Amino acid sequence: MQHLTTHEAAIQQDKKQLVIIGNGMVGHHCVEQLIERGATQHYQIHVFGDERHRAYDRVHLSEYFSGKDADALALGEADLHATHGVSLHLGVRITRIDRDRGEIITADGRLPYDSLIIATGSYPFVPPIPGPEVSEHPQARLVYRTLDDLDAIRYHAANARRGVVIGGGLLGLEAANALKSLGLEAHVVEFAPRLMPVQLDDQGGTALRERIEALGVGVHTDCATEAIVAKPDGEYAYRMNFQDGEHLDTDLVLFSAGIRPQDGLARDCGLEIGERGGIVIDETCRTSDPEIFAIGECALWNGQIFGLVAPGYTMARTVAGCLTDVCEPFSGADMSTKLKLLGVDVGSIGDAFATTEGAKSYRWIDEAGSGYRRLVVSSDGKKALGAILVGDNSYYDTLLQYVQNGIDLPEDPAALILPQSEGGALMLGADALPDTAMVCSCHNVTKGAVCRAVDEGCADIAALKIETKASTGCGGCAALLKQVFEHELESRGMEVDKSLCEHFQYTRQELYALVRVEEITSFDELLEKHGHGLGCDICKPTIGSILATCWNQPIMDPQNVALQDTNDTFMANMQKNGTYSVMPRVAGGEITPDKLVALGEVAKKYDLYTKITGGQRIDLFGAELHELPDIWEELINAGFETGHAYGKSLRTVKSCVGNTWCRYGVQDSVAMALELEHRYKGLRTPHKVKMGVSGCTRECAEAQGKDIGVIATEAGWNLYVCGNGGMRPRHAELFATDIDSATLIRTIDRFLMFYVRTADKLQRTSVWRESLEGGLDFLKEVVIDDSLGLGDELERQMHHIVETYECEWANALKDPEKLKRFRTFVNDNSSDPDIINVTERDQPRPARADEIESLAVEIR
Amino acid sequence: MSTATAINNTPRVLCDVQDLVDDSGVVALHDGRQIALFYLPKGRDRQSGPEVFAIANHDPFSKANVIGRGIVGDKDGEPVVASPIYKQHFRLTDGVCLEDDRVRLDTFNVRIEGERVVID
Ligand SMILES: Cc1cc2nc3c(=O)[nH]c(=O)nc-3n(C[C@H](O)[C@H](O)[C@H](O)COP(=O)(O)OP(=O)(O)OC[C@H]3O[C@@H](n4cnc5c(N)ncnc54)[C@H](O)[C@@H]3O)c2cc1C
Ligand code: HEM
Ligand code: SF4
Ligand code: SF4
Ligand code: FES
Repeated sequence: MQHLTTHEAAIQQDKKQLVIIGNGMVGHHCVEQLIERGATQHYQIHVFGDERHRAYDRVHLSEYFSGKDADALALGEADLHATHGVSLHLGVRITRIDRDRGEIITADGRLPYDSLIIATGSYPFVPPIPGPEVSEHPQARLVYRTLDDLDAIRYHAANARRGVVIGGGLLGLEAANALKSLGLEAHVVEFAPRLMPVQLDDQGGTALRERIEALGVGVHTDCATEAIVAKPDGEYAYRMNFQDGEHLDTDLVLFSAGIRPQDGLARDCGLEIGERGGIVIDETCRTSDPEIFAIGECALWNGQIFGLVAPGYTMARTVAGCLTDVCEPFSGADMSTKLKLLGVDVGSIGDAFATTEGAKSYRWIDEAGSGYRRLVVSSDGKKALGAILVGDNSYYDTLLQYVQNGIDLPEDPAALILPQSEGGALMLGADALPDTAMVCSCHNVTKGAVCRAVDEGCADIAALKIETKASTGCGGCAALLKQVFEHELESRGMEVDKSLCEHFQYTRQELYALVRVEEITSFDELLEKHGHGLGCDICKPTIGSILATCWNQPIMDPQNVALQDTNDTFMANMQKNGTYSVMPRVAGGEITPDKLVALGEVAKKYDLYTKITGGQRIDLFGAELHELPDIWEELINAGFETGHAYGKSLRTVKSCVGNTWCRYGVQDSVAMALELEHRYKGLRTPHKVKMGVSGCTRECAEAQGKDIGVIATEAGWNLYVCGNGGMRPRHAELFATDIDSATLIRTIDRFLMFYVRTADKLQRTSVWRESLEGGLDFLKEVVIDDSLGLGDELERQMHHIVETYECEWANALKDPEKLKRFRTFVNDNSSDPDIINVTERDQPRPARADEIESLAVEIR
Repeated sequence: MSTATAINNTPRVLCDVQDLVDDSGVVALHDGRQIALFYLPKGRDRQSGPEVFAIANHDPFSKANVIGRGIVGDKDGEPVVASPIYKQHFRLTDGVCLEDDRVRLDTFNVRIEGERVVID
């Protein structure tokens, strides 16, 4: 072999010799890190790899069976070594380390080293089960670690129908998936009583087992294989005999019974080895010989082997640092894992088994859907220690942040693992979020990045957006970005300008108080006394909303018209082509057949697109401005009233059918939903408000995803507050239990008026709640215990709103002056010629630009 | 002006002052063009008397004819309207978009003559 005959010449006198044994994932990462840190100036680096392939991504090894070849799995640039003068020796095994002479030895020769890095990884453990001779029956002793192993599996699978994997851990399940993808009937045999015994507990293992069995993979737990017997004449090639007397026939057997550190070289040259294997290293990754380092899966740090790639990479960086500039000590690594095994989400975080003294667990078990989640908390219940997830990893990131950052748990930690009505996990307040938390997912901006931008001088949101690009995609993160930004400014002692806009140097809350206290009834009056300029699209709607809440004047009254957003002005929702959608109230989602027919007739007459909304009502799209009064005339005659879908106000109270029909119901949820909807309809709020009422704990109305959620109990109602669906779902929090209907209404009256009084503009209850100092407890004190003595006042203000309610559309139709505005053109009765519809699925919809072009051609 | 329903027989008249809405907008059709008319009864400084502004009703961002239905106000003292769809601001005096000054809406010269709103 030429590398050893020429190596003497290759030794450059001025450079030290650095030899790396093992060209796996970690060895390769170490080379990259050394190159990056300029180590090649001082070292001549030699890398020896037993495998014939370039270093490849072992983590994604299974993708070799789903389309990727060795090249696609390869790590880094192909010419990396050549470019940087690193000698790469592939397919060469180091057989011995001669520490006395400072040389490594291969089958063909020797090479001196000054420093040595052992990155030999691990090998699959094959338990000594009696069976046929390996040389003649390789398919009875397959393993799953290298590309060559996978080639062998593929080769033997070609003539096989059934394959068995011994070992039901993480890798075993991946191997089973591989067998399945090769078209085999796959089975997993596990010695322990459950699958993934290292990461999961019994319930987690059970849930995983059910899911995996549902995929057609046989699972045999508590099952010890005694012998593998060749059956030359049998239906299958081998029979596996189990200790309990059972057996399983198969064409091939794949071992995945754990890994063992590849520590033979180190052992033979007298380096310190752990009791159960592994090369002992210190925090600089040095072995008992200071010139020799060990990294990756062959290394034993603090009695621990790290069978994951991330800790290996950290060790690689430590060594690269020690050999060049700064040695950052290795201090262990988090073994939390998030995987998709056979398409099933599995997650394991921190102290998943509650081994910490006094640790307690919350468990959520879904036997029907084979889902399982466990949250392990400290003995005082304040911190999260670990978690197990089976079936849904959307909880993983938040839980990991709680565990890793030692964030204080919420009042009811169980909420963190309970199902979220509209997907996703609970949201953390700006303060609690760690630096790694994602603020803007469109542009991948973390809280840390926002903090850095603030440090570098971003003093307002506009600058922050330019600097970080946050909130310049879909815009959905704007509220969170603002929250984080203001929190950062405040924590740096900087002044946060909370002025509503350039026309008012007050917050929404301050303006609300001024309007109340000074009994101001118009925008002009407020502008006169406390503002300047003409106002704008920020202050006008905000103040319009405040005036409406306080005095409940019709929004169409002359002094209010100019304040409203187009949706409020025309009491309909503007759609993208300038037409409106019309949404009458269908309280609680209950509607008579007659009204249903009436809606259909109106839609037909005006050629409107109809769709059932997420709020249990029916939206009619495509009405032109001048058609709105006629449409409403007909709707009102049919007994409808406005649905306030256009307003920052109560939208809908979603309800399940309740005990009137449902066999599980314990209260009449529909009646309660109707009562709530009719009570609070028309209340103008800082942002939209949604409610839900469920007739029993099964929660079919998903009330816990709403601002106000009510769930029936045997004794009355449970009230939940400050939930949210949408793009940042938040689980509502339990506020009061087993209260009667009168108490429920009184509590909601107070709660809503307190929200209206203290929230910022366009702040949903969820965000408001996160921003309240004192949190839920404070809110309970104010609303339930009346600690501020506001109770009566809040109730009185709500009664005023309820008593003065009037359907805005009915009001407008009575007044020709108001209807004047509903004209597409003030000097012409025609329609907007640019509104062009096409028919799709038997309904009208706006034509797309390309369709309009082709239509124009046809007309000409 | 080709439309037969014009309120007055003088072709230059767009509509009556009565048709305008205080501190807000309406739309008039003129020679096939849609013109948004904004009426500030006290003027842009809130003291010098009635003023009417006319700019194109077509919103280049949403490609819908909606400018006349936006909220009127001022930015640093300049009267503006915010598009009701994606909320960009256009200066009433020259139609320039504050968020992107490469975009400009056409403006028209309109005046109040007695009870009428007229266009040059
Ligand atoms: C199927 C599979 C899925 C996995 N999934 C994940 C996952 O999802 N997440 C995760 O974090 N980890 C996963 N892992 C584990 C991860 O691949 C390992 O932690 C990582 O590869 C360890 O890197 P290493 O360099 O220490 O060892 P290896 O990658 O095993 O590299 C060691 C190399 O050294 C060579 N070598 C050994 N002895 C000698 C010698 N004497 N002379 C020359 N060369 C020698 C070997 O041939 C080998 O190429 C998975 C592993 C497998 C097999
Ligand atoms: C211009 C923007 C939006 C439009 C046009 C729009 C439109 C609608 C409509 C028409 C409905 C049916 C409501 C009803 O029946 O009263 C609805 C429901 C809903 N919207 Fe929006 N929405 C918008 C923005 C948002 C945002 C920003 C969020 C979240 C933060 C959101 C979350 C929801 C949810 C969760 C529902 C379902 C309510 C339920 O199931 O009860 N929407 N939306
Ligand atoms: S929440 Fe309860 S009462 Fe309502 S529909 Fe579901 S099961 Fe029935
Ligand atoms: S999710 Fe809401 S905002 Fe998004 S397209 Fe649908 S209706 Fe529009
Ligand atoms: S999440 Fe930030 S812009 Fe979409």
